[in-house]
Amino acid sequence: MAREEPTALERFINGVLPENPVYRQLLGMCPVLAVTSAMKPAMTMAGATAFVLICANLVISLMRKLLKPHLRILVFTLTIATFVTIADKFLAAYVYEMSKQLGPYVPLIIVNCLIISRCEICASKQSVGVAAADAVGMSLGFALALATIATVREILGAGTWFGLHVLPGSWPGWGIMVLPPGAFLTLGLLLGIAEWVSRTQARTGLWRTARMLWSWRR
Amino acid sequence: METLTSLILIFIGAALINNFVLHYFVGICPFLGVSRRVDTAFGMGCAVTFVISISALLNWTLTYFVLRPGAPLPVWVWQLAGGDPATQIDLSVLSYIVYIFVIASSVQFVEMYVRKFFPPLYRSFGVYLPLITTNCAILFGSLEVMKHLQDPTKLWGLHEALALAAGGGIGFTIAISLMAGIREELDLADVPAPLKGAGIALIVAGIMAMGFMGFTGVEKGVAGAISTLLR
Repeated sequence: MAREEPTALERFINGVLPENPVYRQLLGMCPVLAVTSAMKPAMTMAGATAFVLICANLVISLMRKLLKPHLRILVFTLTIATFVTIADKFLAAYVYEMSKQLGPYVPLIIVNCLIISRCEICASKQSVGVAAADAVGMSLGFALALATIATVREILGAGTWFGLHVLPGSWPGWGIMVLPPGAFLTLGLLLGIAEWVSRTQARTGLWRTARMLWSWRR
Repeated sequence: METLTSLILIFIGAALINNFVLHYFVGICPFLGVSRRVDTAFGMGCAVTFVISISALLNWTLTYFVLRPGAPLPVWVWQLAGGDPATQIDLSVLSYIVYIFVIASSVQFVEMYVRKFFPPLYRSFGVYLPLITTNCAILFGSLEVMKHLQDPTKLWGLHEALALAAGGGIGFTIAISLMAGIREELDLADVPAPLKGAGIALIVAGIMAMGFMGFTGVEKGVAGAISTLLR
């Protein structure tokens, strides 16, 4: 009765938008809120998470025949912890300032529910190729989500984007946006917008939604 | 009395000023997932407080005696095996793997205990009890303790580690219970359809975070009050 498992391409595409880890599945929220006060830490975080997710998915997929059901979560977390240690030492060695700024959030990748859920849903059941495609798609989706939130927060909070000034110097900078409350408010509103777009799209199709957004702007 | 004051300050700092959920953003998954009813939320908070204290206790012991730079146990083993006594031994590269292993085992024990003695609580937790393993708050507590065990000149004792863990757990309980209370009322409110569920919960959390920012600077007043009381 088992449902047909999705192919590699489906896994990849699903990861980016239709099953976006942050906006659709609400997974891995801690780094999403904690490191998105500016683009640079957000992208470093996305890179580290992508490295761990891809490596962990590959390793778990390679040893999926050996997994015992009651021990699998433990095996997942220990595999992930190993790769997180590698990523953490790498960041500390090559981008020390950034590693200081990210602080405990790099080791906290170990408990990012996104990675464990991908190991459980995809890598422990499907072949290496599918697992790799899934990991790359999910990483892209995660990076996209981090980028959208960090863009809103950095531009409104400091008037910059990746450290470049994009708003005039007279922009006061909404201090609240780079502080913790700004993270919650931004993510809440963006979730609402994502939900609204997907509802309208389901009703009227993508093209009409885009036109509607455009006419709103004018 | 210095010790008592510093313990109280660590506790208040972890519970209110730098609340684990609303300042450090750890433990967001249960904060959004299990905050629909106050009693479940409170139970979840208690479970997290319990696990975070146990894992801080175990991880402090392991870090202090085995994992920190210059810890006694590996040095002793090294010298027993006839190694050069001048060698620096630092096992802290293993700390993440050890921590997550300790946390996963202690969660397993708590789960068995709750299933045996509190079946209704076990049913209402559902999938979230095993998920305490992947609750960032627990690992974050252990990592904060580890941070204070790196510098050999000012090491944290067990009492300080436990004050931080208990404060963090109680701060989590406060935040998740408040959130559940607000969400019970929100069910009756007219929320725009796309924001229903997680969206409005996050916005409420943002407003709560603003409220908790009001605790900034409380520690000075508390320290002053304690010193007047003890004089």
